[in-house]
Amino acid sequence: MAIDFAAIAPELVLTATAIVVLLVDLVLTGGAKQLVNPLAGIGALVAIGFTLPLWGDDRSTFGGTFVVNDYAVVLKLIFLVSLLAILGISWRYFAESRFFQGEYYFLLLVSFIGMLIMPSARDLLLLFVALETVSIPGFVMAGLRKRDLYSSEAAIKFFLIGVLSVALMLFGISMMYGFTGTTSLSGIAQELGQWGSSPPPLLLASLLLIIVGFGFKISAVPFHFWAPDTYAGSPIPVAAMLAVASKTAGFAGLIAVTFIAFEPFAEVWAPALGVLAIFTMSLGNLVALQQRDMVRLLAWSSVAQAGYMLIPFGLAASGAADVNEAAVQATVFYIAAYTLPNIGAFGVLVAVNRRSGYRSIEDFAGLGARHPFMAMAMTTFLLSLGGAPPTVGLWAKFAIVQAGARAGDTFAYVLLFFLIINSVIAFFYYLKVVWVMWMTEPRDGMEPVTPGVNLSLVTAALVFGTVLLFLLPGLISDATAATDLVAGLS
Amino acid sequence: MLNEQGWLLSLALFFPVIGAAIIVAMPSEAERTVKRVGVVLTGITLALSTVIAFGFDYSSGDRLQFETVVPWIDAIGARYHLGIDGISMPLFYLTGLLTFLCAIYTTKIIPEPGKPKAFLALMMLLQTGMAGTFLAFDLVLFFIFWEVVLVPMYFMIGMWGGPRREYASVKFFLYTLFGSVFMLVGFLSVYFAASDAGLANPWDIIELSQAAGIGTSTFQTFAFLGIFLGFAIKVPVWPFHTWLPDAHTEAPTVGSVLLAGVLLKMGTYGFIRIALPILPEGAVRFAPLIGVLGVIGIIYGSLACLAQSDVKRLIAFSSVGHMGFVMLGISAMNEQGIQAALYGNIAHAVVTGMLFFLAGSLHERYHTRDIATIGGGMLVKMPRYGALLVFVSMASLGLPGLAGFWGEFGALWAARSPAPAIAANWSGLYLGLVIAGAAGTVLTAAYFLWLIQRVGLGTPTERWAAEPLADVMPIEWVSWTPLLILVFVLGPFPFVFNIQDPAVTNLVSFLGGG
Repeated sequence: MAIDFAAIAPELVLTATAIVVLLVDLVLTGGAKQLVNPLAGIGALVAIGFTLPLWGDDRSTFGGTFVVNDYAVVLKLIFLVSLLAILGISWRYFAESRFFQGEYYFLLLVSFIGMLIMPSARDLLLLFVALETVSIPGFVMAGLRKRDLYSSEAAIKFFLIGVLSVALMLFGISMMYGFTGTTSLSGIAQELGQWGSSPPPLLLASLLLIIVGFGFKISAVPFHFWAPDTYAGSPIPVAAMLAVASKTAGFAGLIAVTFIAFEPFAEVWAPALGVLAIFTMSLGNLVALQQRDMVRLLAWSSVAQAGYMLIPFGLAASGAADVNEAAVQATVFYIAAYTLPNIGAFGVLVAVNRRSGYRSIEDFAGLGARHPFMAMAMTTFLLSLGGAPPTVGLWAKFAIVQAGARAGDTFAYVLLFFLIINSVIAFFYYLKVVWVMWMTEPRDGMEPVTPGVNLSLVTAALVFGTVLLFLLPGLISDATAATDLVAGLS
Repeated sequence: MLNEQGWLLSLALFFPVIGAAIIVAMPSEAERTVKRVGVVLTGITLALSTVIAFGFDYSSGDRLQFETVVPWIDAIGARYHLGIDGISMPLFYLTGLLTFLCAIYTTKIIPEPGKPKAFLALMMLLQTGMAGTFLAFDLVLFFIFWEVVLVPMYFMIGMWGGPRREYASVKFFLYTLFGSVFMLVGFLSVYFAASDAGLANPWDIIELSQAAGIGTSTFQTFAFLGIFLGFAIKVPVWPFHTWLPDAHTEAPTVGSVLLAGVLLKMGTYGFIRIALPILPEGAVRFAPLIGVLGVIGIIYGSLACLAQSDVKRLIAFSSVGHMGFVMLGISAMNEQGIQAALYGNIAHAVVTGMLFFLAGSLHERYHTRDIATIGGGMLVKMPRYGALLVFVSMASLGLPGLAGFWGEFGALWAARSPAPAIAANWSGLYLGLVIAGAAGTVLTAAYFLWLIQRVGLGTPTERWAAEPLADVMPIEWVSWTPLLILVFVLGPFPFVFNIQDPAVTNLVSFLGGG
């Protein structure tokens, strides 16, 4: 069986880049070490170059366990763009703090290799390997500021919870294999179909265990406890990576297992995930209201965002291909739209935090006067996270409501009702930050905000993207609406 | 023909965005120049609107003119569909006029903390949002313009507002957002129902209206409920009005003028343009409720006005009452009712916009808006200003011969004989509504007359007797005269009826006869 190298080219490019980065870091010394950052960026660009031609293809390799279709390409592009953005906000941060630059970029790239595999994986074992490849570098990255107790705490918490969730998932996978005799997603779907309406409880338990494993990854309530502490303790660019890319990987895996393998049992998991969505967005927003630390605020807000992304899962129904397709499209669109502003918000945080160590909401006082561009950028990102114009976030909310109206049953409208309530609550704290930035005076003797050239450029690019996609949402919706998104999954 | 030049309308709509960019690019030291450029830029927008007004074919106001249709978001079939008809025309022109007058006013009077650059740029962004709502004929496009308005107005209240501006601006934002997401749910339900019904462009307002009712009666009721919430909060209909007194009172003068003059109209316009024709059966079911809420708004707004001690807050509450009349007109769902509602819209924009200008200038002079502190004698102290206040108050209370009359009288008259589908079950209720509404006009007269008595008549109190209070300044004359003329002209010459007539007739035909 020949390996389709074109299909795995993006992953290969990132692997090669990761190794080169590690080697180059050994050679370089002192200030020159920061050059590994653009090197990694070039690797990401080359990987994008290898991903784009795959659009429109339908490739399958490694005995059907690795599939490249439009759905996978869209997600891979989201990952690679977020990699570029995270590299952009990492440069100054790591160059100035001077710790483990080569190691950091190596780990980051390895983690992204796992992410690129995730949307292509069509086998529980490969999904497991991809998930571990995403997570294990994450444990280390969270603890990179090792002289900081909080960073160590972040890493330990993340590690313990991560290991626990993986153990649960493996347990589920082993039982699922026992029931179905296969680890292939489509094979499982076929086998499950035969159980009809009365599956044994243990089968349902194994199904839920696998879902719970992903639930930890996407920090859905009640599996979210690690997230705020880990984000707050990690270096800020790592927090951005965990909140955006790592979470997206979790969603890619969850989409694969739920909408392909467990599709026949959608009546079981859809309501469960729907209820989780309600709890996740409500709790995330309510706790975010109380936060004073900006990283924690963004952490809780990203918990809430995971809740919005879970809503379409609650709409799924077994056999209703059009509803399921609309649901997957809505989630993918939301993920795409959420990536830019969320990384951007962390980027502004890096800019304000740089040199001064500022990170509480009060430290943003008068940012509109101190650094109008960064304040404007942060305002755009926060409006986008909330879903107001002129930002792409509005379309993200639109997509979720669209999927809900498409399903059109009572539960869908209940979910939408909670979405409405929550989008109001969320704006309460987003606007609080906006208020502090524009309508309050800076404190006496505040450190100046000096983001530096490349961080400013990255932020400007993210602002531009956020606003451009508001005017022309078709740039992503045409891709996410590619008709074979779900059909091509199996 | 000029009225086939769609690009002209797009230019007039988006020119303020270009203007905002120009303003932002200017150096912030040159404040005087910035303000003058602001007048020029809004003036150009108004000139473009005037060209459109002259090119408009009034005899076929039922037809969309200056139309543009361009595909926009293929995945959902949304289109950039812009046009203008007899219903949109007055509102669109008013938006340009009020913004221009506000820019003139701002050259001399700008609230703390100054910053004319940001102020004018936000005002122009706001203008595009407001005008776009009246021109969009695609539900998605409409929704976008509707939402665009939120952010600039939030900043306007938040940065230049009164002491409680944080509370007021957040309340305004969250309240409107809450409604608009419900509206979005309603729009999307309509979209899917229309797709199932086989419409070629299920977002298109014209096509949806011509489809004469989408989906089952139950579907229409629920979809109407969602859309109703969005519009009712914006209007605002009692009991969704609580954001309005805070926002209007705390907003800077220009913000209040635009809020009262244009933003509230977006809600009533939405009812007339979208909710009624697209969901006629739902509308018939909701009409009695709308009528009752409207009349409660009339009575409640008037009573609340009687209890106010702050001039600006009093005017804000008077808006609740006036919009109650507009909603009563809409609830009749017949031609006279829609005409009266639209006319009331325009009249309220002109009259209340003017009143907010007056309230702002009052604050500039007395540095308070407390009726008791001002304590009378304005007609002695500032005779011209006092006369203007009396004149505009008379118009606002619906004195025949001035602008405010037709909207109130027309709404009551129309509600006497509502559309047949409603009259069949609810004619008794509507009679009651007319009687209660008529009683409301008396209350309206009462609070305005009492206001004039308290601040206008009598002799100046000791505190103000020696103060040199300037009478109406030249810049105020310039920015107010067009509105004052309209207040007068719209009374004896209700020409706006004629502009709207073909479009309203056309629209009412979608409601199943009126």
